[in-house]
Amino acid sequence: MASLRVPVGPADHVLGDEHAPVTLVEYGDYECPHCGHAHPIVKAVRKHFGKQLRFVYRHFPLTQIHPHAESAAEAAEFGGVNGRFWEMHDGIFENQDRLSVPLLTELAEELGLSAEDLAAALDSHEFAPVVKAQFLGGVRSGVNGTPTFFINGYRYDGMNEFEDLVEAIDTALAERQSEPKRVG
Amino acid sequence: MARILAPGTTAPDFTLPVTPDQSLSLRDLRGQPVVLAFYPADWSPVCGDQMALYNEVLPEFQKYKAEVLGISVDGPWCHAAFARDRHLHFPLLSDFEPKGALARAYGAYRDKEGVCERALFVIDEKGVIFWSYLSPVAVNPGAEGILEALENLEKKGQSHGQLESSRRAS
Repeated sequence: MASLRVPVGPADHVLGDEHAPVTLVEYGDYECPHCGHAHPIVKAVRKHFGKQLRFVYRHFPLTQIHPHAESAAEAAEFGGVNGRFWEMHDGIFENQDRLSVPLLTELAEELGLSAEDLAAALDSHEFAPVVKAQFLGGVRSGVNGTPTFFINGYRYDGMNEFEDLVEAIDTALAERQSEPKRVG
Repeated sequence: MARILAPGTTAPDFTLPVTPDQSLSLRDLRGQPVVLAFYPADWSPVCGDQMALYNEVLPEFQKYKAEVLGISVDGPWCHAAFARDRHLHFPLLSDFEPKGALARAYGAYRDKEGVCERALFVIDEKGVIFWSYLSPVAVNPGAEGILEALENLEKKGQSHGQLESSRRAS
């Protein structure tokens, strides 16, 4: 079974309680329609599980079929260093049908970030190494398309629909709860 | 499921169309690792597509000087359109006539559907299969197995080199 080679760490973009019993990691591409479809589903799944679920997003842009995926990922990282990763992330997915560099700078401005700084960062590919590292970590973990989810470190090969994800996370929760409690 | 050729087997040679007017032979690629990726058909859904993934990971394969070849029973014109649409930067071979003959030789043909299995082979510099993997046909096997095999192949080559030089020294 394919498993996550890069553990969740301080460099990650994380939502939710760090002590949550289940961690859901998504490798995604901002221009991928399946990822766009999964975006509100992930939100609903997070709401459903509350404090029991931690969510991590990592980049896996398929640049040869999605010409804007790389700049979108770099723009999200630009948001990240300015404390606005998730706002950029949501903004990009919610406007996926008109993804372009002008959209990215527009989103930055709406968040009170400098459109010029973002444009410069995209020009110089300042965040390309971060995106590349996440992509390669995904490749080594067995990511085989987008989106690919990992639940507590194991690749999830089911459907990316609400019920299916909830069922798989429920199973992971049950496994966690059946483990003997550590003493001390 | 088919029984695919195992490591240690000499890779059956082939000459197959790579474009409507060009062909490629395995023996032409001696001296470098070759990755054969058999897959059922062109035009599978984009974001989970095996060939699109390998295209993206191509620079990693090239670090090992490996040549990646995709193989299906689709004809060369179909491959050409598919490769153009997906911006593929590696060759697709047509196992088209006689249909599936190469896939059969590698034990990677699905008789019932008349398509290739999702089967991967890493062939060493001398034309011997170093690693092979048969994936469930609905599951894109990803690139990790191939990269690990290429890494192991490189390590093996290095340790052989060391062995030979230590032999010469003694």
